[in-house]
Amino acid sequence: MTLHIEVVSPERILWTGDADRVIARTTGGGEIAFLTGHTPFVGALDIGTVRVHGEDGTEEIIAVHGGFVEVSKDRVTVLSDVAEVASMIDIERARSAAERAENSLRSEQNVQADAALRRARVRIEASTASVSAGR
Amino acid sequence: MAGGAERILRRRIKSVQSTKKITKAMELIAASRILKAQQRVNAARPYSEQITEVIRNLAAAGAGGGSALLQPRDEISTVAFVAVAGDRGLCGGYNTTVIRTVEREMARLKAEGRQTRLITVGKKATGYFRFRGFEIDDAFVGFSDEPTYEDARLVADAVVQRFEAGEYDAVEICYTQFISSGVQRVQLERFMPLETDLLDAAPKAEGPTADYEFEPSPGEILDRLLPRYAEARLYAALLEGSASFFAAQQRAMKSATDNAEELITKLSRIMNRARQDAITTEIMEIVSGAEALRGGQSGSSDLLADNALDVAIIGPSSLIRN
Repeated sequence: MTLHIEVVSPERILWTGDADRVIARTTGGGEIAFLTGHTPFVGALDIGTVRVHGEDGTEEIIAVHGGFVEVSKDRVTVLSDVAEVASMIDIERARSAAERAENSLRSEQNVQADAALRRARVRIEASTASVSAGR
Repeated sequence: MAGGAERILRRRIKSVQSTKKITKAMELIAASRILKAQQRVNAARPYSEQITEVIRNLAAAGAGGGSALLQPRDEISTVAFVAVAGDRGLCGGYNTTVIRTVEREMARLKAEGRQTRLITVGKKATGYFRFRGFEIDDAFVGFSDEPTYEDARLVADAVVQRFEAGEYDAVEICYTQFISSGVQRVQLERFMPLETDLLDAAPKAEGPTADYEFEPSPGEILDRLLPRYAEARLYAALLEGSASFFAAQQRAMKSATDNAEELITKLSRIMNRARQDAITTEIMEIVSGAEALRGGQSGSSDLLADNALDVAIIGPSSLIRN
């Protein structure tokens, strides 16, 4: 038995695959892991990473910027406006975006820059975590 | 002058021919873009299906009641219309059908004594309504060919904001549904408040499978989810519209190409006749000229005149009979 994962953005299905375990972070209360046979679940996702552990020990890391996760009958669906698979993230761009956001935050408090910084950090986190996992 | 007519016709044929080349090219481009637009429509479907599914589950868990986007207003005095048309023309009736549907509906509501407001998407709809002195609350242009989710979000946010602020009591959306490349239908749908039948029908249909866990509470998730749902619906409308636009354009350009072809055949026939007429007239002039020459110099055996006569009578006369 495996979990079937689908990461869906409004424009297309970003990623699908099978996994043993999926870890996500909801807005309410921290991280939550899904295994097979998990009770039906709907949660709102925080800006963070979704980690997908495959059967063969591989790990896929997906950066999501808000969204929802639905689990039912061993299917995990991640609905997210913006989601990126770690291997597709341009780390240089994320770093420079983080820097830019930090600079604009230093001069003034700004909701947009704050969100941009959080997004950039998640990207960097996802990308570096995936590199250190040997991918 | 006969030769003049021929020259004018030749020029016209040339211009029709170059128009035909343009319309043919536009037809082929539109045809290739229908497919791409259609793929985008299909690619966007899983998301809206899933989000509807989640809303249904939330409703089954008893969330709902509180959200402003779902609550129908007691008294509907102001209705807003979102007209989704294209940025470009040369697409047959694509823009006009949407515009006309909206205009007719607005007139109907006005006759009932209600206020109407207008939000336009696409240059054509915006231009039309602005020119006729309609007041447009928001106009969005420049993305009708390839709408992105970001574009849909802009439009949806503007609508949701005004709806939540109480400026509108209901919002209708008018777009062209893409059924196949041969059939597109203009749809006028209630956009806001979001249909509640979706929620009402849910508990009965879902039954015991509705024992979901929620984090945070169902109500909170629904509040976050509904704006996304509105965006997804608007996005779907934009995508359907763009696919319909290309289908309409392809059809319009195909008939333009066909018409051009027909016109070219017709004009070439007229031109050929004009040319023949010119030749015939010229021959007649020569013959009658020679005839007159012979009549004037009867008796004298002029070699030159004889030769001219032979040519005039034997050669061309067979041509004339034909």
